[in-house]
Amino acid sequence: MAVQTARRAEKLPGGRVNLAGRGSALGDRAFQGIAFAFAASILVLIVTIFVVLFVDARVALAQEGLRFITGQVWNPNESIFGALPYIYGTIFTSLIGLLIATPIAVGASLYIVEYAPNWLRAPISFIVELLAVIPSVIYGFWGLAVLAPFLRDRVERPLKAALGDVPVLNALVEGPARGRDMFVAGVILSIMILPTIMSVAREVISTVPGTQREGMLALGATKWEMIKGAVLPYARGGIVGAAILGLGRAIGETMAVTMLIGNSSTKISWSLLTPGYTMASAIANQFADANSAVHFSAIIGVAVVLLFVTGAVNLVARLIVSRFGGDTRATGI
Amino acid sequence: MSTSERRGRETATIETAQTGIADGRGMAPASASPAEMAQAAQEKAQVREVIEQKAGGGVSLVAEGVNAWYGSTHAIKDVSMTFRANEVTALIGPSGCGKSTFLRCLNRMHEVLAGARVEGKILIDGQDIYGKGVDSVRVRRHIGMVFQKPNPFPMMSIYDNVIAGLKLNGIRKRKSEMDETVEHSLRGAALWNEVKDKLKESGASLSGGQQQRLCIARTIAVEPEVVLMDEPCSALDPISTYKIEELIGELKQKYTIAIVTHNMQQASRVADWTSFMLAGDAGYGQLVEYGRTEQIFTQPQDKRTEDYITGRFG
Ligand SMILES: Nc1ncnc2c1ncn2[C@@H]1O[C@H](COP(=O)(O)OP(=O)(O)OP(=O)(O)O)[C@@H](O)[C@H]1O
Ligand SMILES: [Mg+2]
Repeated sequence: MAVQTARRAEKLPGGRVNLAGRGSALGDRAFQGIAFAFAASILVLIVTIFVVLFVDARVALAQEGLRFITGQVWNPNESIFGALPYIYGTIFTSLIGLLIATPIAVGASLYIVEYAPNWLRAPISFIVELLAVIPSVIYGFWGLAVLAPFLRDRVERPLKAALGDVPVLNALVEGPARGRDMFVAGVILSIMILPTIMSVAREVISTVPGTQREGMLALGATKWEMIKGAVLPYARGGIVGAAILGLGRAIGETMAVTMLIGNSSTKISWSLLTPGYTMASAIANQFADANSAVHFSAIIGVAVVLLFVTGAVNLVARLIVSRFGGDTRATGI
Repeated sequence: MSTSERRGRETATIETAQTGIADGRGMAPASASPAEMAQAAQEKAQVREVIEQKAGGGVSLVAEGVNAWYGSTHAIKDVSMTFRANEVTALIGPSGCGKSTFLRCLNRMHEVLAGARVEGKILIDGQDIYGKGVDSVRVRRHIGMVFQKPNPFPMMSIYDNVIAGLKLNGIRKRKSEMDETVEHSLRGAALWNEVKDKLKESGASLSGGQQQRLCIARTIAVEPEVVLMDEPCSALDPISTYKIEELIGELKQKYTIAIVTHNMQQASRVADWTSFMLAGDAGYGQLVEYGRTEQIFTQPQDKRTEDYITGRFG
C-alpha cells in the first residue's frame, strides 16, 4: 500500500505520465539473442541429422529407387533391399499397441478426471507416468521373462484353438504360437505408449468446459450419460490426437520390440503370430553386422523412412491436439 | 397447493399475460418492417400454441432456510422464499451476493462442484428435493436450467441438441415423435423459423441469441415444471434479449420461472415477483426483501433495497 502511494506521488509533481526510459531493454535484447541461438541450434541439429542420413542412404536409395519401400525382399547377400516387410511390421505392431492402449488410456483418464476422489488422482497419475520413465530395455527383459510366456500360454494358444478353424479369422493365428511375434511386440508397445496417450487424454478430458457438463446434467443426465453425451464428444478430437501421438511413440520404439518381435521372418502376413521386424528393430539388429557398404546404406535408408513416418505422425497428432485439445473451440458467442 | 387452486392461478396468469404484460414492453425494436412484424406475430402465435398444449402447468417451489457452502466458505445463509406456480420470480442483487449459488441449489446443481454443500429444504409441489431417497437426476428433469453463457453441445446437430434430454435415461421414441418434439420445442423457443432448414447443422453454428434459444428449446423439450435461468440475456444483444423476454412472458403460462438478472429493467419487465439479495459484511448472501415486482421497484420496504434499485450502490 505504502509503496503504491509513493509511486503515485512520484509522477504527480510532473503532472504527466512518463513512459520514456531504457530500463531493462539491453538485458532483454541479450536474452532474446541467446534464446534465438538455442532455438536455431536445434534447427541446425535437425537439418544436420537429415542431411547426414540422406547422404549415407544415397547408395541404397539410388540402387533400389521406389522399390526400396515397395519391395518385399530384403536380402543383403544378393544386395536386394525392399523394406516393405519392416514398414509393415512397424504399422502392424503399432496398431495392435494403439488398439489396446487407447481404450485403457481413455477409461483411466475418465476415471481420474470424473470419478476418482481427489486424494487418489495424483497417485494414479504418478504411477502411470512412472511407466514412461522405465527404460525400454527393462520392458524388454520383463517382456521376455513374464509377458511373452504368459501371452503365449494364456492368450495365443487359446486364441489359436478358438480361431484356428474359423474361416477368414484363422488368418490371424496362422503359424505356431512361440511368444516372439507381432502380438507380443504390440502388447509391450501398448504398455509403453499408455502414459503418452493418457497424459494427453487426461488433459483434453479435463479441459471440457464445465458449462458443457452442467448443460447435460441440467437436462437430467446421470454422470455416465453426461460423459457419453457431453464429455466424450467434446474431447473426441483431442483423444484422437492423443492416440496418434502414442502411435508416433510406438513407431519409433526400438529396444523392447527388438527383444520380443522374433526378428526372423520377412513374411508379410495378417497373423498375430508372425515373427518379424519393425523398421526400428531391423536397424538395431542389422546395424552392427552390415558387411557391405550398400547394406549399411540400406539400413540408413530404413532410418530415413522411419524418421519421415514418425515425423509425419507426430505432426498430424499435434495439429489435431492443438485444434481440438484446448478450450479453443467456439461454444459460446 | 391443491390442483384446483393451481388451475385458478393458471387462468389468472394467462389473463394477465394476455391483457398486456407480455405486450407492454418498452423495448420492442422500433424499426421493424411490416413483414418482420407479421413474422414476429406469427412466431408469437406459434409459441403460445405450443405452450398451451403442454400437459400440466408449473408447480410452486418453496425454499426454506437454504444455506450453501463452497468448502468452508459460507456463500448463502438462511434464504427462504417462494417461487409461485406459473409466475416469474426475479432474483436481483449485487455481484457475489449468491444469486447463482441459490439458483443452483434449486435443482441440485450446486452439489456437483467439489466441496459444495447445501442445507435446508426446497419443496417442489410439497416434496423436499433434498429429502431422503430423492434422486438428483430426477429432480433436474422437473427443474430445468438455462445458463448465463449459451452452452449448446457443439458436436451435436441442432436437432440432436433439442432431443439431448429426451435421449437420456433410455427414453426411446419413434423418429416421427422425435421430429414432432423437435419442431414443437423449437417453435416454443421462437427459433423454428430461423433453423428449420438447417436442423442438421452444428448447434455451435448459430448466433449467441439463437444458441440461447436453442438451450431454452432443449430445456422445454423435456417438459419440466420449473425453469431456472441464470442471467440468460447477459451475453446477448438487445434484440435477442427482447425475444427471450417475450418468450419468458409466454412460457410462464405453463412453467414456473426463476430468473437471475442484473438488469433492473428486465426484472421489472418480466417478473411478477422480485427478491433482492445482498451479501453483508459477514460475507454470506442473504435475502433482504421479497415482494411483488411493482412493490419492490416503487416502494421498497428496506433501505438497502431502495439504495440498490436507485443505483446508489452495488
Ligand atoms: N466455484 C466456487 N468456489 C468457491 N466460491 C465460489 C464459487 N462460486 C461462487 N463462489 C462464491 O460464492 C459467493 C456467491 O457467488 P455467486 O456466483 O452465487 O454470486 P452471484 O450473485 O451470482 O454473482 P454474479 O452476479 O456476479 O453472478 C461469492 O462470494 C463467490 O466468490
Ligand atoms: Mg451469478
